[in-house]
Amino acid sequence: MTLSVEPTRAVRSWYRLPRAVHPAAWWLWALGMAVTASRTTNPVLLAMVLAVVAFVVVNRRGDAPWAFAFRLYVYLGAAVVVMRVLFRVLLGGPQGEHVLLVLPVIPLPEVAAGIQLLGPFTLEELLGGFYDGLRLATMLICVGAANALANPKRMLKGLPSALYEVGAAVVVALSVAPQLAESVLRVKRARRLRGGGQRGMRALHGIIIPVLSDAMDRSLALAAAMDVRGYGRSGDVPTALRRTTGALVVAGLLGVCVGVYGLMDGTTRAFGVPLLLAGLVVAGTGFLLGGRNVTKSAYRPDRWRAADVVVAACGIAAAAVLYLTSSVDAANLYPSLSPLRWPQLAPLPASGVLVGLLPAWIAPPPPSTAEAHR
Amino acid sequence: MIEFQGVTVTYPGADRATLSAVDLTVDEGELCLVAGKTGAGKSTLLGAVNGLVPHFTGGRLAGRVVVAGLDTRDHKPRDFAAVVGVVGQDPLAGFVTDTVEEELAYVMEQLAVPPDVMRKRVEETLDLLGIAELRHRPLRTLSGGQQQRVAIGSVLTAHPRVLVLDEPTSALDPTAAEDVLAAITRLVHDLGVTVLVAEHRMERVAHFADRMLYLTGDGSVVSGTPREVMAVSEVAPPVVELGRLAGWSPLPLSVRDARRVAHGLRDRLAGLARPASAPSTADPALTARGVVVRYGTLVAVRGLDLDLAPGRIVAVMGRNGSGKSSLLWALQGSGPRQAGAVSVGGADPADLKPRVARGLVGLVPQTPTDLLYLDTVRAECAQADQESHSEPGTCRALLDRLAPGIPDERHPRDLSEGQRLALVLAVQLAAAPRIVLLDEPTRGLDYEAKRHLAAILAELTREGRAVVVSTHDVEFVADVADRVVVLAEGEIVADGPTADVVVSSPAFAPQVAKVLHPLEWLTVGEVARALEERP
Repeated sequence: MTLSVEPTRAVRSWYRLPRAVHPAAWWLWALGMAVTASRTTNPVLLAMVLAVVAFVVVNRRGDAPWAFAFRLYVYLGAAVVVMRVLFRVLLGGPQGEHVLLVLPVIPLPEVAAGIQLLGPFTLEELLGGFYDGLRLATMLICVGAANALANPKRMLKGLPSALYEVGAAVVVALSVAPQLAESVLRVKRARRLRGGGQRGMRALHGIIIPVLSDAMDRSLALAAAMDVRGYGRSGDVPTALRRTTGALVVAGLLGVCVGVYGLMDGTTRAFGVPLLLAGLVVAGTGFLLGGRNVTKSAYRPDRWRAADVVVAACGIAAAAVLYLTSSVDAANLYPSLSPLRWPQLAPLPASGVLVGLLPAWIAPPPPSTAEAHR
Repeated sequence: MIEFQGVTVTYPGADRATLSAVDLTVDEGELCLVAGKTGAGKSTLLGAVNGLVPHFTGGRLAGRVVVAGLDTRDHKPRDFAAVVGVVGQDPLAGFVTDTVEEELAYVMEQLAVPPDVMRKRVEETLDLLGIAELRHRPLRTLSGGQQQRVAIGSVLTAHPRVLVLDEPTSALDPTAAEDVLAAITRLVHDLGVTVLVAEHRMERVAHFADRMLYLTGDGSVVSGTPREVMAVSEVAPPVVELGRLAGWSPLPLSVRDARRVAHGLRDRLAGLARPASAPSTADPALTARGVVVRYGTLVAVRGLDLDLAPGRIVAVMGRNGSGKSSLLWALQGSGPRQAGAVSVGGADPADLKPRVARGLVGLVPQTPTDLLYLDTVRAECAQADQESHSEPGTCRALLDRLAPGIPDERHPRDLSEGQRLALVLAVQLAAAPRIVLLDEPTRGLDYEAKRHLAAILAELTREGRAVVVSTHDVEFVADVADRVVVLAEGEIVADGPTADVVVSSPAFAPQVAKVLHPLEWLTVGEVARALEERP
């Protein structure tokens, strides 16, 4: 007897099974949203980006510890906005005519001519600072969303094998940092048991020596444990080949970074694209060369499935729409401050931002680890 | 399976070889127990099996070590990954990844095991060690016993033919240690792995062991069946010592063996009264009422009352995480305490400056090295005298009483565990506290060092100090404590004279009590004295 299940339904139910979305997909989506935010200072659009990102995070984050980092990024974003406005108050020159508040000017010596401390504070300054700060904050919060949605260590696992050693070093460093903090606390507490009377260098000495020797012991134990479990068995790759691979990868990635910068910058688009392509080719060669000598395998690697591609595509699409609008009609994206105008919301960029909302439903729900924690 | 041919290991700067001309063979599928005093070279012997000695540790190895046909001269430790699995004392220090499943897969990833085989082996290993429900858990959130089982699993997935375990239970509470040892014996029986284990709870392994290697301390190794070796070994579990005292032959290796031959001894002891310390009538040296310690929503100590009598030793027991350390820190005044009162002669140590508080209550923390930061023993002692405003030389004099013969110029890190503990204790005693708290002092101490510590504690009580020891070591408790307090979830679940509390408890009963049950004898020493008085 054959099973007669409607194929589309089978696919749909399989697609909806809870699983972790590829970390790189979440990062691409989040970076896409960050790029979207970077193309505008329109507070309505930025608020939309924030709402979209927050909604997706709340809908699709797991219950792992890093998932709660998002709140910290929101606080950080708020702090950025406040700082930005405060600096405008403190240093802003005389701009605009809608004076809100007249503060006394603090006279500065001759050397600092051109800088004015305090002085009259205008609505234009307030809004300028607020728009700028909001844009930066939104980009930060987008990065925070990626951190909350994707396990940072799984991300490193996805690195091409040519970068395996770098990934291993970062993973170890990530786990050493909390241990170091723990031992500092422990030793500080223990210092009180000896009276803890010293100040300054002596007290520091009393904390640093035990912490460092502890860290040293731990690192040696870890190195031994990694050694006996076969780490570094790929040592039989010829040194010359290993170095070439490394050089190609690093040079290629640098090229990619500069290329992306050129592309984003908008003013020097001429060298952006060629450099980006060249970088990709060089890095790709490096990865291929390195990958040929793989003597490792990966346990349950994250795979790109349809949902992951869609998630990444949503972020990229949002960025692309904003990119296009900025070259067609930039007025809506950068609301005018002189003369003061209410920010306008055009349908095209708004729909672009809304594309970023789709992963809230399209991405498969995160697996629950709650039962394991019971 | 494992062959040592004329193996001599010398570390740079050492005046004698740690192992000298060792010849031994361990056959396939054997469970081999490695015993010896601290510093006799157990870790060196175990490390030599997969080439960590000398490839990783340095030093000089003469002779040949051949494991499953591979010579450690030609192969590095990483080449042994598929053949020898190594598990250390502190599992957390050896974890590379951060969740259970990834840790189990790590060694297979390094060996390039195909993904489908990996998946299957991870599942099998999870079941074999009974840790399937922990599979997604972060490693740091596991209890000590769970971590150690994951550490064993993380080398088993490579399907090694030899498993080397260096004191795998030394940091665990009795129940967790049982779990780990049960897992090890199951492996030997089910998988036929050759196992080399250094274990201070010898009696748990001895009767399963096919072979015992005893390191005498002068570099030589005695190899034979556990029964043969136990007869000559200086370190022996209480059950073996009881057997020697009673003249049983063959020597019993387990509580079960001993119980079956113990009728005669039980009859002889039946009429004798066990020496019991009279309850103290003196005013308590420390009173604590309603002590609460909490970290956020986690309540470590839940409204606890405790009186400490001068001249008595109280043992605080309970599983890891039951609030023992938090209680000691709260009593000393340096740790957090959210509610309750502690009074030492009318003063609350938490309200005093640390310098004054340590004159009332001294605490030796779980990691004593946290207190040491100078280059030499002399400098540490001088610093301690200065900190406690005592006569120069006080600390050194105390140290000489606790552990005679430690050179002034020695670096504190180069001392043995027992000597380091003595140094920290001397540093704390320099302030002349009337109350001394020790947090897990028996960790890493061998039988002899523990005996020495017991003598030190007895002397402290003779000076009228109140002593509190938190420990997992039931034999040590039976030996030293006048009173036992058992904690669970921050509350006292049992409190009373040692014999009353431990004899009835399956987890906390010392071996002698198990052998002589229903008689309430706790240690070999007590039995020996009673028999001497009335043979």
